[in-house]
Amino acid sequence: MPEVAIAGFAQAPNVRETQGTTNGVEMLVPIFADVFARTGLSKRDIGFWCSGSSDYLAGRAFSFVSAVDAIGAFPPIHESHVEMDAAWALYEAWLKIRMGEVETALVYGFGKSSAGQLRRILALQLDPYVVTPLWPDSISIAGIQARLGLEAGLWSEKDLAEIAARSRADAAANPAAQVSGAVDVAELLDTPYVADPLRAHDIAPVTDGAAVIILSNVERARDIVEHPAVLTGIEHRVDSPVLGARDLTRSPSTEAAAAALDLDGVELAELHAPFTHQELILRSALGLGENVRINPSGGALTANPMFSAGLARIGEAASRIHSGEARKAVAHATSGPALQQNLVAVLEAR
Amino acid sequence: MAVSAPEILSAPLNVGFDYTRSTGPVLGHFVNALRERRVEGIRGSDGRVHAPPVEYDPVTAEALTEFVPVAEEGTVVSWSWCAEPLDSQPLSRPFAWALIRLDGADTSMLHAVDAGSPEKIHSGQRVRIRWADETVGHIRDIAYFLPVDAEDTTPTSEPPPVAERADGAPVSVVITPIHLKYMHTASLEESRYLRGLAEGKLIGQRCPACHKVYIPPRGACPTDGVPTTDEVELPDTGTVTTFCIVNVPFLGQRLKPPYVAAYILLDGADIAFQHLVLGCDAAEVRMGMRVRASWKPREKWWTSLENISHFEPTGEPDADFETYAHHL
Repeated sequence: MPEVAIAGFAQAPNVRETQGTTNGVEMLVPIFADVFARTGLSKRDIGFWCSGSSDYLAGRAFSFVSAVDAIGAFPPIHESHVEMDAAWALYEAWLKIRMGEVETALVYGFGKSSAGQLRRILALQLDPYVVTPLWPDSISIAGIQARLGLEAGLWSEKDLAEIAARSRADAAANPAAQVSGAVDVAELLDTPYVADPLRAHDIAPVTDGAAVIILSNVERARDIVEHPAVLTGIEHRVDSPVLGARDLTRSPSTEAAAAALDLDGVELAELHAPFTHQELILRSALGLGENVRINPSGGALTANPMFSAGLARIGEAASRIHSGEARKAVAHATSGPALQQNLVAVLEAR
Repeated sequence: MAVSAPEILSAPLNVGFDYTRSTGPVLGHFVNALRERRVEGIRGSDGRVHAPPVEYDPVTAEALTEFVPVAEEGTVVSWSWCAEPLDSQPLSRPFAWALIRLDGADTSMLHAVDAGSPEKIHSGQRVRIRWADETVGHIRDIAYFLPVDAEDTTPTSEPPPVAERADGAPVSVVITPIHLKYMHTASLEESRYLRGLAEGKLIGQRCPACHKVYIPPRGACPTDGVPTTDEVELPDTGTVTTFCIVNVPFLGQRLKPPYVAAYILLDGADIAFQHLVLGCDAAEVRMGMRVRASWKPREKWWTSLENISHFEPTGEPDADFETYAHHL
């Protein structure tokens, strides 16, 4: 089976609110042009298109169909969509290339979270009989998860503030980041709770954004970038939707995905952790040591565009392999409440 | 794309639907017990008691059948404070979200605790169910939880809607109203089109690559994927490319059937849009028929295609098929 590499990545500026529509066209047209300019490819070179987005963010049925306008889908294209983070669209595209159906694929994700009340809309991904009818918001559920670890002594509020401070400092070098800059841990700990035990810095911002990745077989990727980032492994797993039956301080689905991969020698990790404590759960689940560089982009705590933040983690990791900064990296995407579903990808320079 | 906020039109978009779900045997047993102010859990493959019950074991996926009554008192396993409750949540005053393990159960239930303030709740705290004043067979029959030693408080929400059923029949359907509020934003191109309509103008845009004219303008040419930039004002005359005669009544219908919904290709446009063709017998409408917009009185105009009440025949000879054949 052909090996699959990431040949290009681009993302829209991550912002609190765009003036664009919920169909994402205004965010997608420029980043498609950007990724084609970077790779020297055009839409005619793409064998398969796959996207991730959600009608619940747009408040309209089949909202992703309008986004296809941004492609210029003529002659007709081979296209698919997932109602998930576009990291899972990337998985579908990876399969298409592995199976030899196509040589190249373009994967994109987009979302205008600002159109509605994101933390309330996310209640609709919960059990429709006994949980959604109570409308628990995503931040409250994460707060319950964070407290379990705090009270078990697995992490402290200071540990969490340190993650926020490191993420914001790293984001200063990322022009696409929404939140960045030097902050003092003690000052962060002096701020009030938003959802006790979570403070504002523990919670990813609400972000409008989009991202795009071009995949190809390794031979074609070599013509495009000096150091193609080869996807040597990609696995995804899911935990039970029953929050009260899970050990929320662990991520068994991430552990299971990691167990099926070779993470030896990983130098950097891009982890999709929308809450500070979730980064610690993921580092533990992936068995990442102190020497692994975590989220050099700033991570989801500094920009969390729904349905593309996971894809952007893979893109950010790949771009550091393209630049020669790293030889082996791991990227992670999550979906669902309290890290319910997790995808882990290993990227290596060739 | 340079945009300045005042040009962009936006408006609230509120969507709502009462989701009606059949319960099946396990959740049906659970909600019928709630209606009688009891909680029934279920025994999992490993002997653990799940409350609320799960239909299939979370580990083995085995179908579960052995119900186990559990208490209406329990222990807070973890919690977070909700200082600003959102629409539809169990309480409209600040409260705690908590995982609560009911006595007799091994897993916990997510629900609200009316603790008053974050100082008055802690993990390990004993809580009891505050039943809704009216129980209907729904998870919201548990209005919320209270600390066991706390005085009673007043619920802040109404019971959910109930499905019709025969007298004495058990609850087999639960209804959950879902209401979501959005701010829907038109694109810059759509905004200019809608503002044009408010002045009685029909404004489309031409793709700089293929030169096709789109109305309404779309922001990106669906053929070329490039932003459409050149504005084109179109006349209010056009050709019926295809049509259907609506004979079937439906909810929200504004006209009495039969009437004609047609695709109208405005002169100079490359894409047709749907509108009504009135002013003649439905049987007279045909492909190629020439039509003109019938505008509502000017004082009723706003940023909407509704300003055109319908299209009417102009009486001109029909357009040649070739003139619209590639727009079908």
